[in-house]
Amino acid sequence: MSVGPLPIAPYRRLWLYGVVAGVLFFLVAPIFIVIPISFSDSEFLEFPPRGFSFRWYAAYFNDPQWMAATRVSLIAASLTVLFATPLGTAAAYAIHRAQSRWVRSLHVLMLLPQMVPLILIGIGLFYVYIQLGLVNSMLGIVLAHTLLATPFVVVTVLAGLQSFDMTQEKVARSLGASWPVAFFTVTLPQIRLSVVSGGFFAFITSLDEVVIGLFVAGGDNTVLTRRMFLSLRDQIEPTIAAISSLLIVITLAALIAVALFARKAD
Amino acid sequence: MACSITIRDVRKTYGQFVALDSVSLDIAPGEFLTLLGPSGSGKTTLLMILAGLIRPEAGSITVDGDEILRKPPHLRNIGMVFQNYALFPHMSVGENVGYPLKLRKVGAAERYERAREALKLVQLDHLMDRRINQLSGGQRQRVALARAIVFEPQILLMDEPLSALDKKLREQMQIELKHLHDRLGMTTVYVTHDQREALTMSDRVAVMNHGHILQVAPPRQIYERPSDRFVADFVGESNFLPVEMRDGAAIFGGTALQLAEGQAAGSGNKALLVRPEKLDILSAAPAPEHNPIDGTVEELVYQGETMLIYVTLPGGETIALRRGTRQQALSEMPQVGEPIRLGLHRDDTVLIDEAAHA
Amino acid sequence: MHDMTACQRGHTLNRQELAADERREKRQILGLSLPAAAIILILLVIPVGWLFALSFVSNGEIGLANYARMVEYSAYLSIFSTTILVSLFVTLLCIVLGYPVAYLLGQLPPRLATIGLAFVIVPFWTSILVRTYAWLVILQRQGIVNDALIGIGLIDEPLRLAHNLTGTIIGMTHVMLPFLVLPLYATVRNIDGDLMRAANNMGASPARAFRDVFLPLSMPGLIAGSLLVFILCLGFYVTPQILGGGRVIMVSMKIQQNVQTYFDWGAGSALGVVLLLIVFAIFYLVHRLAGLDRIFAR
Repeated sequence: MSVGPLPIAPYRRLWLYGVVAGVLFFLVAPIFIVIPISFSDSEFLEFPPRGFSFRWYAAYFNDPQWMAATRVSLIAASLTVLFATPLGTAAAYAIHRAQSRWVRSLHVLMLLPQMVPLILIGIGLFYVYIQLGLVNSMLGIVLAHTLLATPFVVVTVLAGLQSFDMTQEKVARSLGASWPVAFFTVTLPQIRLSVVSGGFFAFITSLDEVVIGLFVAGGDNTVLTRRMFLSLRDQIEPTIAAISSLLIVITLAALIAVALFARKAD
Repeated sequence: MACSITIRDVRKTYGQFVALDSVSLDIAPGEFLTLLGPSGSGKTTLLMILAGLIRPEAGSITVDGDEILRKPPHLRNIGMVFQNYALFPHMSVGENVGYPLKLRKVGAAERYERAREALKLVQLDHLMDRRINQLSGGQRQRVALARAIVFEPQILLMDEPLSALDKKLREQMQIELKHLHDRLGMTTVYVTHDQREALTMSDRVAVMNHGHILQVAPPRQIYERPSDRFVADFVGESNFLPVEMRDGAAIFGGTALQLAEGQAAGSGNKALLVRPEKLDILSAAPAPEHNPIDGTVEELVYQGETMLIYVTLPGGETIALRRGTRQQALSEMPQVGEPIRLGLHRDDTVLIDEAAHA
Repeated sequence: MHDMTACQRGHTLNRQELAADERREKRQILGLSLPAAAIILILLVIPVGWLFALSFVSNGEIGLANYARMVEYSAYLSIFSTTILVSLFVTLLCIVLGYPVAYLLGQLPPRLATIGLAFVIVPFWTSILVRTYAWLVILQRQGIVNDALIGIGLIDEPLRLAHNLTGTIIGMTHVMLPFLVLPLYATVRNIDGDLMRAANNMGASPARAFRDVFLPLSMPGLIAGSLLVFILCLGFYVTPQILGGGRVIMVSMKIQQNVQTYFDWGAGSALGVVLLLIVFAIFYLVHRLAGLDRIFAR
């Protein structure tokens, strides 16, 4: 679906290229300024840093509180993937298969977590978790993150299903496969990259979540982002630059994996 | 191995649209039956219902007396070839063909042997380890066929399996499919919108339109003695001349035409079906059974192996006839604007009720 | 006679059994989506419904006191006006910055467009907290921007860029920009370039062709993207909290304060309900104008 160049001489659009390059720089530069600062040897957040050191990484890895928060975040993100991926895949399959209006309205339901302001979901969950005794519990955190991550899985898997030829499932059934068998032997192997991509998105969603965590992820189960948020209000020490850099690297790795999958799927 | 299929009053609607309107059909053991019709006629819907992939609203389908309509597709033991083949791209050719056997818990060694046998039937046993995307269209079609027959189903269904192939390959495959059917003898239901394909391959053809089966008969009868105007029009080329039945003769333009045996019944207005290739160009003094019809040549269309001659009749009707293109015939061909006398032999006359399914 | 019986049989043969099978199959499909639907219903719809009920409770009494307060106190009015004005301004900035990006990327050959798109997608998926932190580092008194401006002699004293409205708007714009570019790009990519060439051949100048052909065709994506940005801004918490330095109070911050500092669930809920009503009203508008599916296509 390439639009192709318009009949305008390239030099006359130089300004456009300039503007776009500027905006893209604005989008990406801040993210990559954090990384060099994290290797600074000074307590001040200078750029470019004057000396090189790992002291802020050392500070992070040697701090039991940071480590505990990191462990909680990683466990929560992994569990969220385990919850959200099958849930979202099943829902996407149902939405794709169903013709009834009922299931189509489910599609809209899946969009709700992106439509309702996070702060509202946060206090709502906080209120319900108080009644259920789930505040600051791992289960509570994972459920909340599953709520936010499932729609991303649904959207990603749905895109995968749309480029999958459902006739293949029909053929499999005529050849002797029951529905579940047809799904697992024919459909799933071909949309697996979308499913895995959905899982990556679920992981990032959980790892990066802040607002709901402020309400329901404290105490022993303080997540990394909550601790970062609270220390950002007091000071902006370079330790956070080190953690941020690690988060950026994880995100980039996940996105590159997803991009490679997308190319392989073609 | 072959079994009979009995379809009774199968009905399927999509909202207001009636895809199948209480269709009934009997298919004999080992028969090659073709469902022929334009798109939207319900032929593919009926095939999908046979396979269990579409659920009708009402009806009954029995195979050798057993009701199958409520069985899920995987328990029906029916092989099916889809229009787009739907081969599994994540499996090799051999794995694709072995898939139905794997589902039936056939061991690896036997699976391999039987997959190879099936591929041998379609002359592709040397490509077992190929990926699907390395195959040509014709090869894919054969793999899909091998996969549909490898588990020796009682019934084989095919949904326009040749429509994606080019003309030459399509005609070659028609013959191959027919031979394969003769060898395996399984009851086969074939869907196509290509009337020549239907006539070439089938034991019987069922012509469908608007969710109805209009006629079920062997190819020759479908073509030579269509029971219905739609069938006559859809299968082959046809001219229709309005005639009035009077005293066992058909009156066209004031002259009585002689009719074939068994055609002379009835009265009132009917249509005379005239196939372009059944018309003669008559010389001066024709015998009465040749039914001479006078007209003027309006246009000549050269089409290679044959030539179409459009003739305007005194009543204003246009009628087409087809002639071979041997040099002698070409030299005797009348020119545009010249008078021409056509002849339709008594034995080639077919009368059709005007009103039916108009 | 024969037709009559065929007809009667045709409408009854196996009819009930087949209808039952059909219903069972539909139930099975529905069942697959049930866990996901349950999560959303139990963890989102019910809690938010609870908040709705709580918003009518104030000091143990049922009534509209929480809503009355919003009208009576000018502090609330200014919070709402700040929220809406900041959101509008950020949305406008996103349009100005994002439109050229989507416009150009939409016309580049696919490979190049993918690279450009990566510059939008990477920030989109990067933690909001990390990005906000980055801006804090960049905009602080001894940050890069101030250093650079002093370095080239444009200013003598460092500017106050963070912990105020300026910082909030820069940070929010950065977070929101991908939300505008991605749906807009999806729309722009599908505009047939031949239309623009045709307009050109018929004598329209490039500017004129853009105005008469491209702009109207890109409108659904632009509307969807900008309203999405506006809605997300209305409920935004993290970035204004950190970059605003207490000088920019948004509705979301007041909600958090009411609940976590004062434990006044009624007041917080009422604010939330009003926020949600505004959001839903706007979402409805988006749906009518451009279709919800398109907004979330990425």
